Amino acid sequence: MRIPIAALIGLIFTFAYFFVAIFAPWIAPYSMAEVVSRDVWLPPSSEFLLGTDNLGRDLLSRMIYGGRTTIFIATAATILSFTTGSILGFLAAVLGGWADQAMSRFVDLIMSIPSLIFALVVLSVMPVTVPVLIVVMGLLDSTRVYRLARAVAVDINVMDYVEAAKLRGEGRGWIIFREILPNALSPLIAEMGLRFIFMVLFVSTLSFLGLGVQPPQADWGGIVKENADGIVYGIGAALYPAVAIATLAISVNLVADWILNRTTSLKGGRG
Amino acid sequence: MSDTLLKVQDLKIGATVYPPGEKPHDIEIVHGVSFEVEKGKVLGLIGESGAGKSTIGLASMAYGRGGVKITGGEVWVNGRDILKTSNSDVRALRGGEVTYVSQSAAASFNPAKKIMDQVTEAAILQGKFSKKEAERRAVELFRKLGLPDPENIGNRYPHQVSGGQLQRCMTALALCPEPDLVVFDEPTTALDVTTQIDVLMAIKEAIRDTGVAALYITHDLAVVAQVSDDILVLKMGDMVEYGSVDQIINNPQEEYTKALVSVRSIEHAEKTPTPSPILKVQNITARYKGTNFDVLKNISVELHPGQTLAVVGESGSGKSTLARVITGLLPQGNGSVHFSGRDLSKDLAGRSKEDLRELQMIYQMADVAMNPRQTVGTIIGRPLEFYFGLRGAEKRKRIVELLDEIEMGEGFIDRYPAELSGGQKQRVCIARALAAKPKMIICDEVTSALDPLVADGILKLLLDLQKIEDVAYLFITHDLATVKAIADSIAVMYQGEVVRYGGKTDVLSPPFDDYTDLLLSSVPEMKLGWLEEVIANRKMESAGN
Repeated sequence: MRIPIAALIGLIFTFAYFFVAIFAPWIAPYSMAEVVSRDVWLPPSSEFLLGTDNLGRDLLSRMIYGGRTTIFIATAATILSFTTGSILGFLAAVLGGWADQAMSRFVDLIMSIPSLIFALVVLSVMPVTVPVLIVVMGLLDSTRVYRLARAVAVDINVMDYVEAAKLRGEGRGWIIFREILPNALSPLIAEMGLRFIFMVLFVSTLSFLGLGVQPPQADWGGIVKENADGIVYGIGAALYPAVAIATLAISVNLVADWILNRTTSLKGGRG
Repeated sequence: MSDTLLKVQDLKIGATVYPPGEKPHDIEIVHGVSFEVEKGKVLGLIGESGAGKSTIGLASMAYGRGGVKITGGEVWVNGRDILKTSNSDVRALRGGEVTYVSQSAAASFNPAKKIMDQVTEAAILQGKFSKKEAERRAVELFRKLGLPDPENIGNRYPHQVSGGQLQRCMTALALCPEPDLVVFDEPTTALDVTTQIDVLMAIKEAIRDTGVAALYITHDLAVVAQVSDDILVLKMGDMVEYGSVDQIINNPQEEYTKALVSVRSIEHAEKTPTPSPILKVQNITARYKGTNFDVLKNISVELHPGQTLAVVGESGSGKSTLARVITGLLPQGNGSVHFSGRDLSKDLAGRSKEDLRELQMIYQMADVAMNPRQTVGTIIGRPLEFYFGLRGAEKRKRIVELLDEIEMGEGFIDRYPAELSGGQKQRVCIARALAAKPKMIICDEVTSALDPLVADGILKLLLDLQKIEDVAYLFITHDLATVKAIADSIAVMYQGEVVRYGGKTDVLSPPFDDYTDLLLSSVPEMKLGWLEEVIANRKMESAGN
């Protein structure tokens, strides 16, 4: 099997980020919140590979633990938004009629409010913990997935093979999971890559605004916020998490593109 | 030699293929084809899909569709090799000297522009006529092609005329720049059989009156026999036989040509009705949601066990709607469906598993009737699992039995639909229906998307299976030749009503009502001069006129 070079680069970076996120405690040279130096914003050295942050903590360790938090939250929220969004979307397409109308108009209602503002309002009244963040982000984003899943499923639902399944007497479960889902998978997977990136940006934005991950726990958005003042003095500590977010976004996109290309063949995705 | 307009010599055409899981590579799809067309003559190109007919037709305009390259040979038009001339010369050729009529006029016209502007566009662009002259010529052509109100029809938009009329407009478009050669690519295939003969006659007269030469591409030998002087039979990019119409139809030499000529010659003796019909449709009326128009009006038909009822009619006659009512997809307004000794619920949701099992359906487009992500084994195996609870080895054994019954065999069990040919796909759909051990199968135009020889194979298979499984067919079709081949009784539908109903012999024997007469006489016959005979003798004009 030949992997195109772009996809290969994407795969390597994505894999590396997830590897580091999973094994953070073994890879990071210092612990997450340990103050290791009296001097803040030290430049990179052999002792502190990326220097120190605004409180004299090791920046590399903060980055590694921060990546762990960001990627975990983004992944969990993506999975939540895809399960909820696609199942409800498929259901709306299969049921049709008033059930479809009710769900779709409710989704329109939520989508008419900018999700960042919606999240800020919700998080300002709720306790900001990681599970709450995941649920809020996941549910808000599931509206987008719902839209896509419903649109794809409406097209598939009128195909003769779905009609044949209905005439056979199949239940909704079979029709959704065995007839519609396999055929809707490739646009959904490609979208999944994009939604994951959106989640990374979303959680980083929330943390940057102070309503996301709470200190001392590290996450990329939070590290940007903590070190943002340094930019005025020509200290680039805030740029590392920014670069990490950008490279992760690009590599996941490259992988998603490749998957989309491979699964559009009609051979059940084997081609 | 001065009369030769188009001369194709040893034409070779290649294409790039992208087989799943393999590297793209080039293959040859036309292997050295040679023929000539004289001025004012018509050459019919005939063959099944994949024979290379359209590709050769387009090559005579020095054009290859996406991914197709002309790799060798010569194409001479008016004494010059158009494969070797400059781009500007080719531009003058296309739409000027050589024009093209495609299969689907509806897809070829720009819906946003008036017909007149599109018909005259090429002639004006090529500098052959001024706008005024071109429009005068277009009106003349409209009249010649038998279009209603020729002075004003050009002011309409494409959606404001019928399919048959639009196809004639397209012929006018092709003839407008006074070309030397017109390529007709299946111009009547998408039309109803009764509309087809009018368009065919119009094309034939227009060719005769304007004296152009033509390439007439079709898969229907009976059609090409009506309009051509010579016929070239193609198969998989190879020349099979090349000769005059008379020779090809009345004295074919090659086996393949003989098979094409004798297609639709299945014989089936009518069975007598039994005392207890399996299906009894009584006084059915139906309309679609949100409309106040009855698509079906008071329909009553019966089907006897192990027999075939053919429902015949043009598109829009309500035959597929009847199938939807019987299957429960469209609840009827009035009337009842009595099946296998019980009344069926109007609604699909109200039917028992047994009701559903005993009444199966086969679709026109086998392509979309099978989930592309399921293997043949899953497709055929699901009804076995669902209705009979078969699992594992037992299920597999039955799947293999069914695959043998449809003459395909175990080797296909792990294939995906995309890896099957059109005929094989339809066979798998038949196996899926049979897997449920039904008492009755609704066949909705099951052969109309297939090549004639493949369709013949499917019909033979259905007849054989009927003998083995004793299943009844409700056979929906617009093709009377198919009906003659397999039906025991016939219902002719016209605008939502059954206009003629009874045993096959009775329905197909005179005296006819006007519509049945039109329908019967419109089926192309493999006979020279048939077209003129029909036009002279019929009692009723087709809906397209």
